[in-house]
Amino acid sequence: MKRETVLNLALLALLLGYPLWAWSVDEPFLITLTTRAVIFAIAGVGLNFALGFGGLVSFGHAAFFGIGGYAMGVLAFHAQSYSPMMEWPFLIEGTKSMPVIWLVAIVVSGIVALGLGALSLRTTGVYFIMITLAFAQMFYFFAISWPAYGGEDGLSIYVRNSFPGLNTMDPIQFFAICYVILLLVLLFVWAAARSRFGLMLNAARQNEDRVQAVGQGPYRLYLVAFTVSGAITGLAGALFADLNRFVSPTMFSWQTSGEIMVFVILGGVGRVFGPVAGAMLFILLEHVLGGVSDYWHIYLGAILLGVVLFARGGLYGLIAGREVAHD
Amino acid sequence: MTEPILDVRGVTKSFGALVASNDINIDLKPGEIHALIGPNGAGKSTLIGQIAGGLPPDAGSVHFDGKDVTSLSTAARARAGMGRTFQISSLAMEYTVLQNVVLGALGHRGDVFRFFRPVMKDKDLLARADHALEQVGLEEFRGFRTSELSHGQRRQLEVAVALTLEPKAFLMDEPMAGLGAEGTHRLMGFLGGLKEQAPILLVEHDMDAVFALADRISVLVYGEIIATGSVDEIRANPDVRVAYLGEEEEA
Repeated sequence: MKRETVLNLALLALLLGYPLWAWSVDEPFLITLTTRAVIFAIAGVGLNFALGFGGLVSFGHAAFFGIGGYAMGVLAFHAQSYSPMMEWPFLIEGTKSMPVIWLVAIVVSGIVALGLGALSLRTTGVYFIMITLAFAQMFYFFAISWPAYGGEDGLSIYVRNSFPGLNTMDPIQFFAICYVILLLVLLFVWAAARSRFGLMLNAARQNEDRVQAVGQGPYRLYLVAFTVSGAITGLAGALFADLNRFVSPTMFSWQTSGEIMVFVILGGVGRVFGPVAGAMLFILLEHVLGGVSDYWHIYLGAILLGVVLFARGGLYGLIAGREVAHD
Repeated sequence: MTEPILDVRGVTKSFGALVASNDINIDLKPGEIHALIGPNGAGKSTLIGQIAGGLPPDAGSVHFDGKDVTSLSTAARARAGMGRTFQISSLAMEYTVLQNVVLGALGHRGDVFRFFRPVMKDKDLLARADHALEQVGLEEFRGFRTSELSHGQRRQLEVAVALTLEPKAFLMDEPMAGLGAEGTHRLMGFLGGLKEQAPILLVEHDMDAVFALADRISVLVYGEIIATGSVDEIRANPDVRVAYLGEEEEA
């Protein structure tokens, strides 16, 4: 077995084993902590689809994370207050059903990613970074100034949303839901990276001229990648809001975009499981260093600097070596 | 006379005061190798850019396979059947040799938006890719990372990728540069047979190769075609001798 495969399986086992152990010794906080890591991993895997495979350095993925969060918040808010979202021309009511909320989060963030991508992808390099950041900031300030849904204070949802057959308020059961979703997302991204689309997208990142010379337009490839990427991150946002039973404009903030990017860079850009490692390391540092000092971000910064300077492939590059060309 | 597959009509392009292409007419007929020669800075790359796409001409038009392609993108022209190789190898360097040729076969086949089945297990694409690698003699290197190839091998790979596109015409920008004597010899033999499959517009510095291979030669100097003709005509043309072959007026 390749080292990368071993590392992938080890991460998944750790991510599953740790909360099970915490459950057996009745430490719900540690389960919730791991759930956070799982959800961050999903968001990171989403960003990695655009950043790692397409080379699209999006500094605006908080927009999709936040849209997912507000999709959950708005739907659940209307359900808990028994007020329909819309009565005319047809009735739309809120919902507390997780599958419906996920679907809405994926579709809405996907559509927004398509729109933002269509505009942003006309630029490249640092302009692309800036324009995605600008769009995310627009969402941030829009959320702050929208009193109907809490404005700056955000929205509290009293009871976690429901999933058929499960008690979602039980931390280990909610963890299981998130873990399975992470597996499905990883399976999709793993397959997509090896698919026709993945081959062409990765080639466009390496050399646009080459892709054009074989008759394909990079813009369409990037747009599809950005849309899929936004939809995955949006799904993570909905889960994150459900974990906290709270949404606020912070989900839209540029710090959130930065954190999602940190997961990807720490773990290994362009490696399917990279963001999983990155998110786990991030949560570990937040938990351990956060106990040492409120200013733990200083240490995170130093570690990030080390990774960028000395281990460009992130944790995966360090442990599993250079990516093996798969054929 | 047979209809040309590629027909460049009155193409003009200037960058500020520099006229890189001045009313250029050049065509490519089925079954021939048409070589484009000219000293450095004559505007060969500019002309190739306008033919392959990406560089819009100020005036004039490019016709390919009976259609006006002047306003089409590079990708659309490639789909229409232009198989281009680059002067400076332009490959996906992180990929293996095989992945690069599969990329070509995939680009040609179209349907890129498939997300589930592994592309490197697609028998049809692999067969096309392997066939192309055998044609240029790179089959032993199929598992190598492209960045590990020598300069000459990259040139061969460029040609192999163009082959997977099953083009109606090849545009080859100095395919022999850096190949060495043996490689050049081998590629020459190969191109001589390839022209039956699709005609080749060949930009080349190697004069021996051009004179041995080309059916027709056009000479580009300071953005203008100063002569077009058979090998013998070009050899005998006094303007060409002065302007390009570097001969002072002796007699």
